[in-house]
Amino acid sequence: MTPPENGGGYAGRMSAPSSGYPVPDPSPAPPVPALALRGLAKRFGEKIAVNGISLDVPAGSFYGVVGPNGAGKTTTLSMATGLLRPDYGTAFIHGVDVWARPLEAKKLMGILPDGVRLFDRLSGEQLVSYAGLLRGMDRAVVQARVQELLAALDLGKDAGTLVVDYSAGMRKKIALASALIHAPRLLVLDEPFESVDPVSASNIRGILEQYVASGGTVIVSSHVMDLVQRMCDHVAVVAAGRVLAAGTVEEVRAGASLEDRFVALVGGGTRAEGLEWLRTF
Amino acid sequence: MVAHLLSLKWRLLLNGFRRSPLQIVGMAVGALYAAGIVLACASGLVALRWADPQTAQTAVVLGGALVITGWAVVPLVASAADLTLDPSRFTTSAIPMRELLPGLALAGLLGLPGIATLLASLATVVTWSRSFVAAAGALVGALLGVLSCVVASKLVTTAVASLLASRRFKDISSIVFIVPLMLAGPMVTAVVQGVRDSRDYLPGLAEAISWTPLGAAWAIGGELDAGNAAGAAMKVLIALASLAALGGAWYLLLKRAMVTPPYTGGGSRKAGKAGLFGTFPATPAGAVAARSLSYWMRDPRYAGSLVVVPLLPVLFYFGSAQSGNQELLIAVAPLTAFLLAWSISADVSYDNTAFALHLATGVRGRDDRLGRALACLSFALPLVLLFAVGSIAVTGRWEWLPNILGCSLGALFTGLGLASVVSARWTSAVPAPGESPFKKPPGNTAQTLLVQFAGMGVMAVLLLPEIAMVVAQAATGSAVFGWIGVGAGPVLGLAFFTAGIRLGGRWLDRRGPEMFAQLSNNR
Repeated sequence: MTPPENGGGYAGRMSAPSSGYPVPDPSPAPPVPALALRGLAKRFGEKIAVNGISLDVPAGSFYGVVGPNGAGKTTTLSMATGLLRPDYGTAFIHGVDVWARPLEAKKLMGILPDGVRLFDRLSGEQLVSYAGLLRGMDRAVVQARVQELLAALDLGKDAGTLVVDYSAGMRKKIALASALIHAPRLLVLDEPFESVDPVSASNIRGILEQYVASGGTVIVSSHVMDLVQRMCDHVAVVAAGRVLAAGTVEEVRAGASLEDRFVALVGGGTRAEGLEWLRTF
Repeated sequence: MVAHLLSLKWRLLLNGFRRSPLQIVGMAVGALYAAGIVLACASGLVALRWADPQTAQTAVVLGGALVITGWAVVPLVASAADLTLDPSRFTTSAIPMRELLPGLALAGLLGLPGIATLLASLATVVTWSRSFVAAAGALVGALLGVLSCVVASKLVTTAVASLLASRRFKDISSIVFIVPLMLAGPMVTAVVQGVRDSRDYLPGLAEAISWTPLGAAWAIGGELDAGNAAGAAMKVLIALASLAALGGAWYLLLKRAMVTPPYTGGGSRKAGKAGLFGTFPATPAGAVAARSLSYWMRDPRYAGSLVVVPLLPVLFYFGSAQSGNQELLIAVAPLTAFLLAWSISADVSYDNTAFALHLATGVRGRDDRLGRALACLSFALPLVLLFAVGSIAVTGRWEWLPNILGCSLGALFTGLGLASVVSARWTSAVPAPGESPFKKPPGNTAQTLLVQFAGMGVMAVLLLPEIAMVVAQAATGSAVFGWIGVGAGPVLGLAFFTAGIRLGGRWLDRRGPEMFAQLSNNR
């Protein structure tokens, strides 16, 4: 099953993706994207958080979603991963509709939601095992993978400590381990580098790059442009609930740095006028 | 600066209301409760105006000493200390100490406990309104006493701030605190008995305490009324000196706390302890059960209710001993069964947003429900059986054993089934993870109450057959009804249990994202 072509069923209601959007390859059998969003929209009361987002994330890509605070990144990713029911539209994971066949779609992806609690009265080791067992994995496989994951994420010596006593960065890492335990084909990580120290961040990057190299797909949201430019091969710029530009990093930044391009697209950047007193000390 | 801090506290209080009108209801209930206590205390103190001076002095001094002790001790055990104006939040604001200190102290008064204490203390002025001098003295004493309360409380919270910040201490103190709370009834009875027996001894005790920092301030009015100016002067000095000492100690501690934030880290532990995850079967339902049972032991919000259970027979024993009705004790098993089963009716709300993991892994609703119910069952079943047989053994009413067993098992299984349905569909306002079980929870309190009452109503209907058997045996005295009950209870219970797991599971499968959205809102 392949998702309908971009904008197909929702073009009338939803905004079409803007100019930076890559035109699908017209070759006879286009590869099934790892994640395909089709006209996703969500409103909270009066506020429209996501206003018709369609996006294809090619399999095997390292995809960055960037946008200012409140752009709708987390809402979009929640709807894409089955945590938040969209008002309109749906998402396909490797061709499986997340909202029609949720159990199947959830098997294919590992997610790291932002701003949710963990079962923090479990030890780190127990939490990751729990994630594996909930997915119906075999105990022996879970045990072996937990040890490897904890070692790879440098959490080995705190494996028996309760997660409630972890630092913020360690919590991110243990949540990432929980998302990786079942070897998903797609990883959706919402702000994975927030409050993670530089050493752990490069550690996580190494793991993710290796994962992409072996054919997995990673989607990360972030507002650290530098990081996205160095790490990702594709990027989508989201603001006010819409996709402003999407494509390979080279296409989107068009010669400029991603940060400058981002500021130009999103349009803020008011010059620091009227703060003269700041220079007078 | 003092005015700033006061207005900040006032703003925080008001903004709390703006979050939800239900908070106003909660506050109003709290205020009503406080007003009741203040009214009782104040009318007592006013009545003492016409009592003989010695009785009045004894009551005022002992009561005042108790109040100061309470202010000092409660933040220790309840960890419910008011941290809205946590001094550490002012670290970066460079506020001079001599302004921060009085500001924080006065702001500590602004709040239900502070206002209630102040009003009750001012009532002592009426007690001593026998002469102008005595009333004036009582006024000075009341103000000194209330200030001592606040400063003592601040001193204790600052002194143990790093202790209070440690998770382990919070966990333990909030569990331990339940024990005296549960046994408050028998304890008050015992104390009243003790006071009655030692009435002659109390004035002496009050006299002794009035020379200590705990009682000096409260004794000033009485001393002046007795015409003992020298004694009054001494006590003013003692009260002032102790207030200064408390304030000085607080000043020093606060100064140190401002530059050394509390250290909350713990030691790290190595891997290799799968705990209950190694014991339960390696299936999704087994994993949920292992996780839930770990929480029953580790999370104070669950462990708190577990600590209550062994106290139930004690309460029932005292209750039946006092009323002289031994039969009351045999109700302990069905009641325990009901309480334990119903305790998982807000299980998903207790997860808070950690429920995202269940949603993300796509665990089936049925496994989720079954795991949680099994975790509760694993300790509730032996406990309920023990209580049933134990209570019968103590009362010696063996003819009731079948009926009580049937009723208890029916209540346990039916309750678990119903709770599995309720927690799959409705969220409740419960304390967030890591917070004290006594903390006023955020979220929709009205819905919580409605769901709880409606759920218990449905429960009563589902349990009608078992209840009918108990009533029938009580009315006719025929043991036949007991034997019907011991058969019907488990059979009906298991049927409701299975149906509840299935229905709850189906609802959770269908409305998982909606449940999660509600949980995110309640946060």
